[in-house]
Amino acid sequence: MNINLTLFGQTIAFAVFVWFCMKFVWPPIMAALNERKEKIAQGLEAAERGMQQQEQAAAQVQEKLSEAKQQASDIINQAQKRANEIVEEAKGVAVTEGERIKAAAQSEIDKEVNRAKEQLRAQVSTLAIAGAEKVLSKEIDANTHRAALDELASQI
Amino acid sequence: MASEELTASDYIQHHLTNLTFGKHPNGEWGFAHSAQEATEMGFWAIHVDSMFWSIFLASLFLFIFHRVAKAMTVDTPSGLQNFVEWVVDFVNENVRGSFSAKNDLVAPLSLTIFFWVFLMNLMDLVPVDWLPVLAQWFGATFLGMDPHHVYFKVVPTTDPNITFGMALAVFALMLYYSIKIKGVGGFFGELAFQPFGKMGMPANLLLEGISLISKPVSLALRLFGNLYAGEMIFILIALLYSGGIVWGTLGGVLQLGWAIFHILIILLQAFIFMVLTIVYLDMAHQHH
Repeated sequence: MNINLTLFGQTIAFAVFVWFCMKFVWPPIMAALNERKEKIAQGLEAAERGMQQQEQAAAQVQEKLSEAKQQASDIINQAQKRANEIVEEAKGVAVTEGERIKAAAQSEIDKEVNRAKEQLRAQVSTLAIAGAEKVLSKEIDANTHRAALDELASQI
Repeated sequence: MASEELTASDYIQHHLTNLTFGKHPNGEWGFAHSAQEATEMGFWAIHVDSMFWSIFLASLFLFIFHRVAKAMTVDTPSGLQNFVEWVVDFVNENVRGSFSAKNDLVAPLSLTIFFWVFLMNLMDLVPVDWLPVLAQWFGATFLGMDPHHVYFKVVPTTDPNITFGMALAVFALMLYYSIKIKGVGGFFGELAFQPFGKMGMPANLLLEGISLISKPVSLALRLFGNLYAGEMIFILIALLYSGGIVWGTLGGVLQLGWAIFHILIILLQAFIFMVLTIVYLDMAHQHH
């Protein structure tokens, strides 16, 4: 256990090793550790920001969704209304058409009646004459009694 | 192992002698062949084994840490980097907890002290005969030395030169920063005018001087004492191996138990050396 040069040998070695550690070992390790610390902090901040954005987006989606729903129901309502209108319109058209057809049929009937009347009128005189001939057993001159016959026909 | 012609005290003596290279009293330089010769060399000698292991272990530590430091990735760390980061973080926490001033030297200094002292202490767990016997074989085979004259102490921290050498460096830093921060006058004032005021200057100087000197001395002696005692117990346990199978078995059990307990001591002593260095340097930075 002699105290000798080893004492200073160790002191010098100590100084050299501490210098080396301070120059080449400590700074890069510390730099990396600090950088990582910063990176983690940034990551957390980014996550926070992402969360906020996500919340905003969710709110926006909700808004858009309700808007779309509103629009859809509006469209459906309009369509319903329009459909009703169309049905009403169709009904109206059908009624008018029916009236028109009815009117046409009525006029046709009227015409037919008139025609039948005309025909009847045309034949009445003949029938009357024939009847009168039968009654009188003699021939009546048609031309002589024309005026009376026409009068008769017009009264039918 | 103690050979036949070796007594127990020879064995212990052999284990406690450093491989010393120095100036013989007759002026020649060479290895000391006995503890007696090593003592006679006086100051002009160097403990080759202590210096070798001390420098080797520090180089190993710095080599590994430097390699990791160069390949540091900011992203997910793996393997050795985890360990290095853990150690660095541990040291950094301690420095930030105990050292209030700003000084870029203190943290790397603490890391070096902690890990270096830890590694030197760790050599204590290598069975006491392995490396000395290897060294004896090496010396006898390749250097033509008498095996009995090859001394090899593998735990540098059981050499007071090593612990005092480090404490001396710490002491130099304490003085340097005391004077740098407080100025020569401020530092002298601290020593001379406390705690009894200007009138009690001699008493103050004595008290403060002792307290100042006791810092590096206690720092060195604490580490040396703990490790020397631990080493001594390992050597005594190793003596049991020559006492037959019963004593040998007991020795094995004791060695295992002591080694497990010693893991605590070697870590603790490295930690204490580091923390006290930080505290002393912090005091050097503070005005009273």
